Amino acid sequence: MEFVSILPALAFYLFAGTACLSALMVVIARNPVRSVLFLIATFFSVAALFVMLGAEFLAMLLVVVYVGAVAVLFLFVVMMLDVDFVELRQGFAEYLPLGGLLAFVLTVELIVLGATFRLPETGIGAVQSPIDPGISNIEAFGLVLYTDYAFFFEAAGLILLVAMVGAILLTLSHKKGVKRQNISDQVARTPKDGMKLVDVKPGEGLG
Amino acid sequence: MEIGLSHYLALSAILFTIGVFGIFVNRKNVIIILMSVELILLSVNVNFVAFSSYLNDLSGQVFALFVLTVAAAEAGVGLAILVTYFRNRGDISVDRINLMKG
Repeated sequence: MEFVSILPALAFYLFAGTACLSALMVVIARNPVRSVLFLIATFFSVAALFVMLGAEFLAMLLVVVYVGAVAVLFLFVVMMLDVDFVELRQGFAEYLPLGGLLAFVLTVELIVLGATFRLPETGIGAVQSPIDPGISNIEAFGLVLYTDYAFFFEAAGLILLVAMVGAILLTLSHKKGVKRQNISDQVARTPKDGMKLVDVKPGEGLG
Repeated sequence: MEIGLSHYLALSAILFTIGVFGIFVNRKNVIIILMSVELILLSVNVNFVAFSSYLNDLSGQVFALFVLTVAAAEAGVGLAILVTYFRNRGDISVDRINLMKG
């Protein structure tokens, strides 16, 4: 009975600790491939925390979109680029003391800020879309997303479209010397330019 | 032992500073910088979802969804720029990236 009551806290510290440690490893790992793998671990632990907070849909989205797409994209790029990553680490030790000090100060400040923050006893005045405990998270999400936030949803789709077009345009390259199919040329072909009748004399070649 | 809002805020603060720290110490490696930006956006999402859960308001989660969308688009375009830059220059060092201003 005692154990069951501390189980949520235990789970929180497990996932939060994993998230923080693997986030730190993302930053300090020597090999970028390892950084990407630790990034995946971070996203996974945070997805677990989202489940604990009752945001199941976002947790699933984090796993599918981030672990499934963005992290794999990073992995592809890291493996595709033939770069000397040791050279890129120059200056790491140089910036480490100052950066560590700044990060420490920033962390302490933000944690103090978070710890002293209190929600008002009366609650926030205007709750935009209260969570109905009777329906599942994803159903509530859909009910809000497609009504109150429909325009924002479409704008998000537009952003993704623009990003897709931009990414394709940036990486598309026409190499010289590669034969490509030209469909209009093929369609416009007639027997006249496709075929030549030659009168070959006996005993002589075509050349 | 009750896990409250401030625990999640502390976790978000730590993730945020790790992201800032990563940008600070890996000044040459664009890939790590992009990953650090992802970490920062993730910490923002943790904040949004924690507040959404403790205020009982779903709009925080909807906003986190939009942050996720923009982060994915940013990663895609950023990596595309990186690949193009690598194709033109043969390395990805940020030091001489100002050559891109044409």
